[in-house]
Amino acid sequence: MADLVVNLAGIRSPNPFWLASAPPTNSGYQGMHAFEAGWGGAVWKTLGDPIVNVSSRFGALHINGQRMIGINNIELITDRPLEVNLKEMREVKRQFPHHALIASLMMDCNRERWHELVKRVQDVGVDGFELNFGCPHGMSERGMGSAVGQVPDLVTMTTEWVVEVAEVPVIVKLTPNITDIRYTARAAVKGGAHAVSMINTINSLIGVDLETGYPIPNVAGQGAHGGYCGPAVKPIALNMVAECARDASVSVPISGIGGIATWQDAAEFMRMGATTVQVCTAVMHHGFRIVEDMIDGLNQYLDRHQMASAMDLVGTSVARFTDFGRLDLNYKVVAHIDEKQCIHCNKCYIACEDAAHQCILRMVDGDGSERLVVDETECVGCNLCAMVCPVEDCISMIPLESHIIKTAHVG
Amino acid sequence: MRLAQAQEENSALHETIYGELTRMQVMREANRCLYCYDAPCVKACPTHIDIPSFIRKIATDNVLGSARVILQENPVGASCARVCPTEDLCEGACVLGEQDEPIHIGDLQRYATDFVRARDVELFVPGALTGMKVAVVGGGPAGLSAARELAVMGHDVTIYEAKAKLGGLCTYGIVPFRLPMDVALWEAEQVVRLGVHVRRNTVVGKDVSVDELLHSYHAILLAYGLGKVPRLGLEGEDLAGVLDAIEFIEKVKTGEDAGQIGDKVAIIGAGNTAIDAATSAKRLGAKEVTLFYRKTAREMTAYPFEVEFAKQEGVQFRFQCTPLRFVGDGQRVQRMELVETELKEVEGRLLAVPKPDSMFSVEVDTVIRAIGQTKLSELADLFGVSEHEGAIRVDNGCRTSHPKIFAAGDVTFDKGVAGEAMVVEAAEQGKIAAKSVDRFLATYWETQEQIF
Repeated sequence: MADLVVNLAGIRSPNPFWLASAPPTNSGYQGMHAFEAGWGGAVWKTLGDPIVNVSSRFGALHINGQRMIGINNIELITDRPLEVNLKEMREVKRQFPHHALIASLMMDCNRERWHELVKRVQDVGVDGFELNFGCPHGMSERGMGSAVGQVPDLVTMTTEWVVEVAEVPVIVKLTPNITDIRYTARAAVKGGAHAVSMINTINSLIGVDLETGYPIPNVAGQGAHGGYCGPAVKPIALNMVAECARDASVSVPISGIGGIATWQDAAEFMRMGATTVQVCTAVMHHGFRIVEDMIDGLNQYLDRHQMASAMDLVGTSVARFTDFGRLDLNYKVVAHIDEKQCIHCNKCYIACEDAAHQCILRMVDGDGSERLVVDETECVGCNLCAMVCPVEDCISMIPLESHIIKTAHVG
Repeated sequence: MRLAQAQEENSALHETIYGELTRMQVMREANRCLYCYDAPCVKACPTHIDIPSFIRKIATDNVLGSARVILQENPVGASCARVCPTEDLCEGACVLGEQDEPIHIGDLQRYATDFVRARDVELFVPGALTGMKVAVVGGGPAGLSAARELAVMGHDVTIYEAKAKLGGLCTYGIVPFRLPMDVALWEAEQVVRLGVHVRRNTVVGKDVSVDELLHSYHAILLAYGLGKVPRLGLEGEDLAGVLDAIEFIEKVKTGEDAGQIGDKVAIIGAGNTAIDAATSAKRLGAKEVTLFYRKTAREMTAYPFEVEFAKQEGVQFRFQCTPLRFVGDGQRVQRMELVETELKEVEGRLLAVPKPDSMFSVEVDTVIRAIGQTKLSELADLFGVSEHEGAIRVDNGCRTSHPKIFAAGDVTFDKGVAGEAMVVEAAEQGKIAAKSVDRFLATYWETQEQIF
């Protein structure tokens, strides 16, 4: 068994699986249950000035019968009094001293008020802070959350204020609602952040109720933009993590967030530079218990790849993520359809025909049986056929002889 | 009223063998469909329903659109959803069959058609009138299918139906627990709504002459199916308690008193009607229902799922024996004498020949003959169309030897020649015939001189 203990900028946790600052980390009750279930860390639901939440708050994207491919929420930061949260945090930390307890913070753009909040919270013994510069709804209209995260100078300034008084590592949580996340990540580093985490939720409107015409979710028939998360956002998050990981100016560890639901998701984020991963939607969907397989699966994966520690996995694919201009224009793959495995749904054929390069031919053999054959001279190796094929490994993308990748597998 | 009363009195007969699908089941199944391109299931459907399309419409909650896709290709698609041998057709061809489970296409088709049956929606509209008149003789699946198509094409269609209700075997000849009568009647109603005239209780050749039809219509489609179960030609066959399966099932279906069948019922035959008679007898309360067949299970023409269902219902099978005579007390049958058979290949045909000294007898309260249906040759003769062993001869376009007479469905089913006697096949033939009639009518005035 590999050692799953990770260290993110000095914050140690028994495994890389943290709960993101969100509804699952709203209370001590939940925190206890989460740690009992096996979560390595938890970022407490954002503490700040009192707010009032609306009803209803969440909306989901379901696709082809799959529930909650994505969630949109218009819930704000904690709506419980600060002293109650602090009391419960102290108790959780007392009972789980070796787990990572991180306090997420949000405050007005006021140095004294930030100082006051940081001091009060670190008094309960948290292992680190995460500055919420990402919440895209409700708080941003009041000059907080993503309103800060969208302005690099504000990110730097606010981070500096926190670092001035923080005695534990400071993580800056970034918003994806920007053009290039590296600018705000660099700004956080400039301000003294010990780590960055990403992504917070993406501006979204999840849907419209076609019977009533109301936005989803609705509050008395009206809606407002919310924050999008869940499996659907994973590729966006993974890209942002990878872009920061390969940016020399973002020289701090990363905590990856966004659509992570399985050990595979986690391993991908870790390969792309995340030291820890944070999970919310998957827990909202299935409960804390999912962490068991995340731990088990990651363990098996590390064993299979002969890695003694989870830390060995971190960043192993970053060097493979490069600028488009550096990609090898001479490399070529072509699709190969394994006739034995083909079930003749013709999905590859119509995808190539209507949406790619018309290079899959439907051949009829002498006995009347049909065969799908790739015209390799026309195939550009786009992968579409292999993607639509419902049979795993029926269509493989084969590098042309002279272009077999010379380097061995990474990691 | 009689039917409703019967349904209450004998719920076993009217309780369908399939349950109502939950929305969750339907959506799961619809979403499981791969939406194949040029899908094998479509090719396997005799009426070529665009199955991936109707399933996708269910998945997008466009169930009305889904039903339209089904019924557009198959006017009796609601019946077919229940009676098609789907494992031999669409579901048998489903690409998921090998590595997963085929999509339950029949169930989804039933869901979509039930959805529109429960709502008063207009699925199809009659075409602009062409002024051409077509008589359809017989309002079963083939006749209804053709009539629907012809009405959509704008022709003035009249169906001549010998019985009180349209639907043919779907209405009268398939057991209610497999195909409730209201399903078949709803399908017929959709056709009537298109302005198709119906002359019910009208026997062609008796109530209306063939000459009259030939002179009153620009084209005629023969779709009157088959007749009763042929006689076995055995001693004692006229005893009370020796029944015709088609008549028996019709009584069961309409709620008419089928008479006391007693505890021990013997079925002679091995087709789907034999199975229907057997399962009906069982549901009517017979204790021992045995199906006697002269060949083996392999040669049975009933669909395997029907046979399986009959076994589940407790029907016994006795193969390789054939009845010799029926013995009674002078009034009602009491005993059936049979002889065992063995299979012999004679001139390439597998025949069941009696085994010497193998006679035996069984006690019976009722015997139901289900050895097929007679050809209605006299009617074909009246129309003067050429036949082969009682089946009307047609070309690929369902045209008979008479230029203005077409034929579709069971009237054309020549053993071993043209397709199988499935409802879905009849529906497809009706469509083909309608296309031919339409082509014929388009050039009617140019060609009529040559015709008459």
